[in-house]
Amino acid sequence: MNSSKDAIITAIKKNKPDLLPLPEHPEFPYENNLIEQFQASIKLNGGAARTGEGKMAIQSYLKENFAPDKQVLSLVEGITGNFEIKNVPDPHELEHIEVAVLEGDWGVVENAAIWLPEEKIVHRALPFIAQHLIVLLKIDRLLGNMHEAYQKINVAGPGYGVFVAGPSKTADIEQSLIIGAHGPRSMVVFLME
Amino acid sequence: MKATPTHAAAAENFLKDEERSHWHDDTLWHVRSKRDTSAQKIPEWEQLRTNASQVKDHVLSNMDQLLLQFEKNATENGIEVLWAKDAEEHNQHILRILEEYQVKNLVKSKSILTEECGLNHFLEDKGYDVVDTDLGERIIQFNNQVPSHIVMPAIHLKKKEIGEIFHKHLGTYEGADDPAYLTEAARQHLRQKFIQARVAITGVNFGIAETGGFVVCTNEGNADMGTHLADVHIACMGIEKLVPRAADLGVFLRLLARSATGQSITNYTSHFHRPRKGKKLYLILVDNGRTDQLGREDFRNSLKCIRCGACMNTCPIYRRSSGFSYNSTVPGPIGSILSPGMDLKKHSTLPFASTLCGSCTDVCPVKINIHEQLYKWRQVITKEGPSQPSKKWAMRFGGNVMSKPKLFDLMGNLARKSLSISPRGFVYNSFNAWGKHRELPEVPKESFKEWYRKNRKQ
Repeated sequence: MNSSKDAIITAIKKNKPDLLPLPEHPEFPYENNLIEQFQASIKLNGGAARTGEGKMAIQSYLKENFAPDKQVLSLVEGITGNFEIKNVPDPHELEHIEVAVLEGDWGVVENAAIWLPEEKIVHRALPFIAQHLIVLLKIDRLLGNMHEAYQKINVAGPGYGVFVAGPSKTADIEQSLIIGAHGPRSMVVFLME
Repeated sequence: MKATPTHAAAAENFLKDEERSHWHDDTLWHVRSKRDTSAQKIPEWEQLRTNASQVKDHVLSNMDQLLLQFEKNATENGIEVLWAKDAEEHNQHILRILEEYQVKNLVKSKSILTEECGLNHFLEDKGYDVVDTDLGERIIQFNNQVPSHIVMPAIHLKKKEIGEIFHKHLGTYEGADDPAYLTEAARQHLRQKFIQARVAITGVNFGIAETGGFVVCTNEGNADMGTHLADVHIACMGIEKLVPRAADLGVFLRLLARSATGQSITNYTSHFHRPRKGKKLYLILVDNGRTDQLGREDFRNSLKCIRCGACMNTCPIYRRSSGFSYNSTVPGPIGSILSPGMDLKKHSTLPFASTLCGSCTDVCPVKINIHEQLYKWRQVITKEGPSQPSKKWAMRFGGNVMSKPKLFDLMGNLARKSLSISPRGFVYNSFNAWGKHRELPEVPKESFKEWYRKNRKQ
């Protein structure tokens, strides 16, 4: 029925070398200070991380940085926006979101990658289409490196999940780093107890 | 069909603009330096390379089983898996999907595989509007070019030239070349394209056999902007892009971006396992010469490549000759061992576009023995391919002289005498490629043998 599949599989069987073993997953314990390293990592990616503040701080950050006529969407309990995602069936309607406040599931300090599974963002497009991104991350959800992350996270659990490590960026014009290529023009992470 | 120019001829063309060639060289070397800084921060770097190489060894030796497992799991996830034995079949699959959904506009994120398959031209000839959404790719698409680098597609262009391209296509101010201004113009232009597109095409960085999902890495977020707004997502994947287990990604993702640009990770690493509710997700598995390469014992390791581009950034030949001189979808050292497997005649000069210094092998995150394979391709090509007659003649002559010690002494003596008295035009002419852009070393008065005889007595 599928002749190309058969042809490819047959060719592989004929041409492949003798079976070589699959190595064990390596483990490298991470010993740096988690919070400091996370802050250093996200800075290199073009984002920022703040510590020692509560949800009130996020609320004031929103007030200080975004005009009241802009669409503010919060998916974090205790932080209020002015845009309700529940009534949005089509992600195209998120086109004018100015800032989205999300909660990260896990954060990896070696590279500041924050795991956002589909259920934490409702629409897959949200972390990309918003002009700015704020992410709340609990300190006890910090992991050292990517090996730890893949031990903890079942990446196949959600239909979609993404490690977000900073704002949208590009260096395609003469290697000049520009923040805000297509997606968020800024990303601020609030690390909280 | 026009014959492909040799790498040397194409490089000569690039080198005419001396200032640009120096600038290109410096830019790429800067990226290589960033890679070094980043890799050196990881004490276990070499262990990661070894592990990644071993995982890929396993993948190559078990590719049929892993592909079947991947297909089964992906299908159970609701992904429609299609197989393509060559570029033509890959393009036909996409055409059929577009016809089925009656879509004429599509957005595409960076995929070297679709470049390899010539997808853009194939669709454009049929009246489709294909919009490349990676900024670098959009620039070269406007400029009717192909990528000159697999990670930084527009690395050959200066901001002034990009300013001119954008002025023409996006109406930016004439003479404006500020990267932030130009990027903003592209952002506004491409947002509209994202909002309108109903079909989005992406490449695949890694397919996970164990879970039937795949990973796409970008910094711009363009792959995600496209797929999450479109009704149909078509992901195109070379069959060698598999990893057996999700946790293998821990190793590969630590290596990939650091090797590519020195970043610790790309800002977006997206894991696709199921389509959005009510939407469609296709995955096309493409062979296009890969199973043939798998059968070549000396060259199969080239299929471990994860397309980081580190070998290009470090290569003294790539840096000074630019990607276009290779006339191959994947340029640089890795392209020079992959492309001869696709079309030996067309790419017969690429394995010679190397000093065999081995730097490519040293930086390769999956430990492909690139420079050894370049050397092996040279042997294959010299044996069966069309080597230049002058080179063949010179090699035969040289081999003859070097195998006869007396003749060697005589010729050495003659050369030393004649070179020191020859007029310049006799030595530096079109027969002496070596002397084209450099001076021959000063001719010594005596041979080492003569010197040794004289000095040993003392």
